[in-house]
Amino acid sequence: MFYLLSAIIIVFAVLSVTSRKLYRATMYLLFVLIAVSGLYFMMEYNFMGAVQLSVYAGGIMVLFIYAVMMTDKIGEPMRSISNKRKILPIVVTIGTAALAIYAIYSYQGIAATKEATVTTVEQIGSKLLTYEAGGFVLPFEVISILLLAAMIGAIVIAKAKKLVNQEKN
Amino acid sequence: MIEGVSLFEIMSLTTILFFIGIYGFLTRTNLIAMLMSLELMVNAEAINFVAINKYLSPAVLQGQVFSLFIIALAAAETALALAIILHLYRLTTTIDVKEVEELKY
Amino acid sequence: MNAFSYIYLIPLIPLLAFLFLGFTAKKIKEPVSGYVGTAGLLTVFGLSLYTAYKYFFEVGLVNGKYEPYKVMIKEGWVHFTDKLAIDIGILVDPISVMMLIVVSTVSLMVHIYSLGYMHSDTGFSRFYAYLSLFTFSMLGLVLSSNLFMIYIFWELVGVSSFLLIGFYFEKPSAVAASKKAFIVTRFADMFFLIGILMVGYFGQSFDFETLNSPSTYETIQAWIVNHQIFSFMGLSLFTWALILVYIGGMGKSAMFPLHIWLPDAMEGPTPVSALIHAATMVVAGVYLVARLFPLYYHIEDGAALRVVAVVGAFSALFAAIIALTQEDIKRVLAFSTMSQIGYMMLALGVSGFEGHEGLGYMAGMFHLFTHAMFKALLFLTAGAIIHAVHSNFMKDMGGLHKYMPVSSFVFLIAALAISGIPPFAGFFSKDEILTAAFEYDKFLWLIGFLVAGMTAFYMFRLYFRIFFNKQTDYGDHKPHEAPKTMLIAMVFLAFLTIVAGFIPFSELISADRMPFHSHIHWGDPLVIASILMAASGIGIAYLMYYKETAYPQKVASAMGSGYKWAKNKFYFDELYIFITHKIIFDKISKPIAWFDRNVIDGFMNLLGVTVEKTAEKIKFIQTGRMQDYAMYFVSGVIAIVMFIVYFR
Repeated sequence: MFYLLSAIIIVFAVLSVTSRKLYRATMYLLFVLIAVSGLYFMMEYNFMGAVQLSVYAGGIMVLFIYAVMMTDKIGEPMRSISNKRKILPIVVTIGTAALAIYAIYSYQGIAATKEATVTTVEQIGSKLLTYEAGGFVLPFEVISILLLAAMIGAIVIAKAKKLVNQEKN
Repeated sequence: MIEGVSLFEIMSLTTILFFIGIYGFLTRTNLIAMLMSLELMVNAEAINFVAINKYLSPAVLQGQVFSLFIIALAAAETALALAIILHLYRLTTTIDVKEVEELKY
Repeated sequence: MNAFSYIYLIPLIPLLAFLFLGFTAKKIKEPVSGYVGTAGLLTVFGLSLYTAYKYFFEVGLVNGKYEPYKVMIKEGWVHFTDKLAIDIGILVDPISVMMLIVVSTVSLMVHIYSLGYMHSDTGFSRFYAYLSLFTFSMLGLVLSSNLFMIYIFWELVGVSSFLLIGFYFEKPSAVAASKKAFIVTRFADMFFLIGILMVGYFGQSFDFETLNSPSTYETIQAWIVNHQIFSFMGLSLFTWALILVYIGGMGKSAMFPLHIWLPDAMEGPTPVSALIHAATMVVAGVYLVARLFPLYYHIEDGAALRVVAVVGAFSALFAAIIALTQEDIKRVLAFSTMSQIGYMMLALGVSGFEGHEGLGYMAGMFHLFTHAMFKALLFLTAGAIIHAVHSNFMKDMGGLHKYMPVSSFVFLIAALAISGIPPFAGFFSKDEILTAAFEYDKFLWLIGFLVAGMTAFYMFRLYFRIFFNKQTDYGDHKPHEAPKTMLIAMVFLAFLTIVAGFIPFSELISADRMPFHSHIHWGDPLVIASILMAASGIGIAYLMYYKETAYPQKVASAMGSGYKWAKNKFYFDELYIFITHKIIFDKISKPIAWFDRNVIDGFMNLLGVTVEKTAEKIKFIQTGRMQDYAMYFVSGVIAIVMFIVYFR
């Protein structure tokens, strides 16, 4: 099951990155995200999987689709750079990935656990609100402010021009 | 943790995903496409956090909670980035990467 | 110590006057600024008299010796090492008190005189500001308690002189003269500074009292005897240090060969010439040698003193010869000053130390005192004459006796004094100098004797040609007697000239500070000879100049080229210009300037050009493409990681 999911992830990721049509790339990305959430479910982290599906796949991808719809002529294929200029990124990517995997596999001596633990929502919830060491109450509060700021920022930046002109008059 | 799958394999998966994201970032000519590769990278990292936590110290929930925050941050960042791209599109009716090459010699 | 704690007021008052007049020069019109300056000086004069009275007659004499009083203002103003430090302090001592009297008297007279002389000059307030600055500097100089402090005030006096000589700054000749004075004295001060440093090093102190004490000079003399290898041309290093200090004094006192600035300094207003270049600044060199006299006398049997004496005698002769031929009355007086200062240096040079042997020292200081009076008077009278006739040259004068009787009378008194005719002041001092010289070295005495005769001659040449000689027709502008303010100063100085001779100077000033008794032996052949010499000088001048005659022309043409050389001051100015322009400027300065411009600046330019060219070559990195930057970023991160993981 895991290998199926990882295959899906990798294949669709490559497709998303190399596709010449923007809308298709968006769709491929969606599939990648759904597969990732499947991975979370497999790891007995149900809450995260649900959040991934609803926020990431549901919210952020929809945002992307909005942006794509509003800006581009989605029918036309995107310009792609010449093969000559692709060499260096390919070399760097593949080379470094191989290096990293090699580094990972040569690190013996990890004491991995033998049994699976289930992460429940209660545990996450209590972790988010504890004051003691290991508690995430501060980031929790801060991120609410961050989201507020991001919201305001996005609204201001993306405001339609007419509104701005009306305000000036 | 997933039965029968070692940590190495999950980490190799995330590594490959991450580098695919880098390749996409360096190669794409469309701003939105670049953002999408960015999302790939972030996702890879979120998986990494959760996996390592689950495998190495399941009693402590740091990594898992943190990945929630990663998602929240990614959402905020995407929203803002897309807002900027929209604004740019209004000024110059294209979202090609060539548009933002202003700061050159 | 406490007896004289008010003494810092004496230099302070002129300083405050300078600051006040300097800041308000535009707003305060004459004559208020003149009154302010004069009021300050009156206070200083009163304080100086009080100090002199107190010191000489009340507190100074302790066990038959005049003890110096030191009033410390700031101890350890600059610290070099534990033992070597510069203090700011005031030394009250017989010669400093005497100089206080001289400086304050002459300065006060000049202040009063200038009320009339500088009347309706546009720079009136500025003039009084500068006069106060100068008075402050000179008073500080005479009251200094250590070598460094005297150097500071030395330079200040130089600056004041510069400002005052160049007072008529619209005249290019005045500007050039002030520059020349400053540069020549500054050049001499370079040697002075080296000398100070050497003296301070060997003597382990800059303070005058410490340096002049027997322990110091005996230590130094012992060191010299033990370290014969540290000698240069037969004289030890310390003697050279004293000679270097004397060179500084030579510059300020216009001794040969640093005399070239003094005739040109006559471009300044005449009261300035009276104050600075006759009575006070030019005697700073004499004062310096007198201050350090125990050192000069005791180190290597007075080797440095011999240099002082020879330079003084030679300068006296040199200046007297030139003064015989000059046509500008101020120039004659300038060279006369140089000659008289030569006398003072000669007096110090031939002096002994203990008691009556210190006759030369006492005579030198006495001559300084009397010379200040009558030379200032001569200059002030010359100023009155120039004011009346509007010309400096003797050819435009003549027959002024009937127009300016008072000036004529005071001029006669001063001329008699300078010629050494009893009972005027100059006779006593000059005669004591010649007596001391005779005991020391007959040749130096002979030079002094001849110069005395020449002095009488050229002084009376001046007197007769101005006031008698030809009866010039002055047309519409008949010369008038000087205004009251000018006359007051002149008459007072004339009075002092008459009575100063009778001051029993040896009871007050002596080399080892113990008063001794000296009087003129009226039957002594030397005394009679010098009186006769002076009288014959006057007589010859009378014969040649009282009436218009052809004698001067005949004598001049008989002298031929000698006359021409003397008239042109022996071409020393031309020699110096040659040395500086052809040798120093062309051979040394120009190559250095070329080097600076081409090599050093060129190197800097090269650096700049290199940076510019390099930047041109590598600016392609800035493509503006985000992905290229991301590429560099990723590659960099990977490189660092690999480096850390694999090569650490």
